Amino acid sequence: MDYIVAFAVGGMICVIGQILLDFFKFSPSHVMSSLVVMGALLDGFHLYDRLIDFAGAGAVVPIMSFGHSLVHGAMIEANRSGFLGIGMGIFEVTSAGISSAILFGFLVAIFFKPKG
Amino acid sequence: MDEKQIEKKIKMYKKKIDPFQPKPSYFKNCLKAFVVGGFICAIGQGIANFYIYFFDLTEKTVNSAMIGTLIFLAAILTAFGVYDRIGQFAGAGSIAIVTGFSNAIASSALEHKSEGIVLGIAGNMFKIAGAVIVFGVVSAYIVSMIRLLVQTLIS
Amino acid sequence: MGKQTLIFNSPIFIENTATVVGPKEGEGPLKTTFDKTYDELYCGTTSWELAERKLMSEAIELCLQKANKKNQEIDFFLGGDLLNQNITASYVAREKEIPFWGLFNACATSMEALTLAAVLLDGGFANHIVTAVSSHFATAERQFRFPTEFGAQKPETAMFTVTGAGAAHVSKTKTKIRIEAATIGKVIDLGVTSPFNMGSAMAPAAAHTIKTHLADLKRTPNDYDAIVTGDLSRIGSPILKSLLFEENIDISHVHQDCGLLIFSPDQNVFSGGSGCACSAVVTFGHLFKEMKRGLLKKILVVATGALLNPLMVHQKESIPCIAHGVSFEYVHS
Repeated sequence: MDYIVAFAVGGMICVIGQILLDFFKFSPSHVMSSLVVMGALLDGFHLYDRLIDFAGAGAVVPIMSFGHSLVHGAMIEANRSGFLGIGMGIFEVTSAGISSAILFGFLVAIFFKPKG
Repeated sequence: MDEKQIEKKIKMYKKKIDPFQPKPSYFKNCLKAFVVGGFICAIGQGIANFYIYFFDLTEKTVNSAMIGTLIFLAAILTAFGVYDRIGQFAGAGSIAIVTGFSNAIASSALEHKSEGIVLGIAGNMFKIAGAVIVFGVVSAYIVSMIRLLVQTLIS
Repeated sequence: MGKQTLIFNSPIFIENTATVVGPKEGEGPLKTTFDKTYDELYCGTTSWELAERKLMSEAIELCLQKANKKNQEIDFFLGGDLLNQNITASYVAREKEIPFWGLFNACATSMEALTLAAVLLDGGFANHIVTAVSSHFATAERQFRFPTEFGAQKPETAMFTVTGAGAAHVSKTKTKIRIEAATIGKVIDLGVTSPFNMGSAMAPAAAHTIKTHLADLKRTPNDYDAIVTGDLSRIGSPILKSLLFEENIDISHVHQDCGLLIFSPDQNVFSGGSGCACSAVVTFGHLFKEMKRGLLKKILVVATGALLNPLMVHQKESIPCIAHGVSFEYVHS
């Protein structure tokens, strides 16, 4: 059951991205950036957490969750240390994502060649 | 030619070529994005369940492990020259999700391999993904500051 | 003659040509018309840029071999490509050691080079000139658009850069193909901003050049067996015909497009082929072969170029375009 919900919610978020691409003629970078900002805004209203509880991977896998994780990490630390905590905690939750993307991107570039 | 005439010509041309532009098949593209994006999310859910069951990970850490695994898979698919074909088919189904982020980093790094490790691979890695990180951080800062301000004012 | 057209006093001929292409072109409808085909994009080298360089270098080598000429016997080398600072042409010129004129007019460079070569020969400044242009799918993608492995979805209006190089040896030695006249184009920009829609951007420039050519020489489209544009493709070609129709010029029965000739629709090339090599390899291979067989007696090749740069695109500038036309005539021996 949770697979179907993940499929549906994740798919819907991708449809939003596709509308931005086709109808509003955004470029891929613009689409990704917009979705991240949307994720951050949604987490500002505590809405993204509820989506994650509901849809699991369907909300964590889309790039909107990146925006959510940044705000989440910032808020956790901010609740401990005030305004300074925002900067201290912002990358806490996404750390695994960004660092693994860099590491695997690097290794791929070392060991493979682009195929065109 | 003065500016007004040029502007008028441009407007006229834009109107003229509009009927010649192929309209993207909106519904078909959205369907493809929905199916591929949803499918990858379902795979993510499967990976998460696998980790929880076999490796006893908690809800908190499993998200990181799941994303890390998907990022790894996307990087490998990029390396084998497969991800760009998925992307052409799925559109937002492949860039609106975290695998698209990984592909953006891996493909940029891979493309500039011929310029060496430091200036080529490392120097160009964030050509596309950089915008995502910048906007993510800046918007997160703004949102967090507002939230913190609101919380402080309420309490 | 007229506003923008040159007619040459002494007869200028295409003595020989050579074309070298990549895998996709070698699987296309014109595969038998190329001199050499590579079955992978690296062409046996270690980078995309080196591959493009090899294509141009070999095209020139094959071309001169056919005429039994050595590099030292060539007076000038006129060459160009799509890359920043024309690195392909420049580095090939380094290797060939022929006095070099570097040219950039994007995909219109092939005809620009032939025109300039004809001018130099006609003016008595040279006896043997070699012109060459090249393009490569991966070098163009990574310079103008995205890394080749990036999963972005390209729209239907996008074009597929031809991987290849075309070289021509131009001289006063009588052969079956004569450069009869050349029309130099003006830069025309009607506000198209997307590098994924170059067909629409280049159509006005092609229309202007064709119209001027016909007016300057007091000719009609019926004077030609074929009017072939470089790379307007599926999107730009109907726009071109429509623009000319508004001026009471109907080219629909003689119009062909190199970008549509070189690839078949089932090769996943979006709206068609583009790149400097597109007009060159189709003209120097297929079209000249048809001419030598006597199937085409007089053709006008209008190479179209989009003079854009990613920086200007990001600064929201539109794409200026240009088209140069050269008319070729079949000469009975």
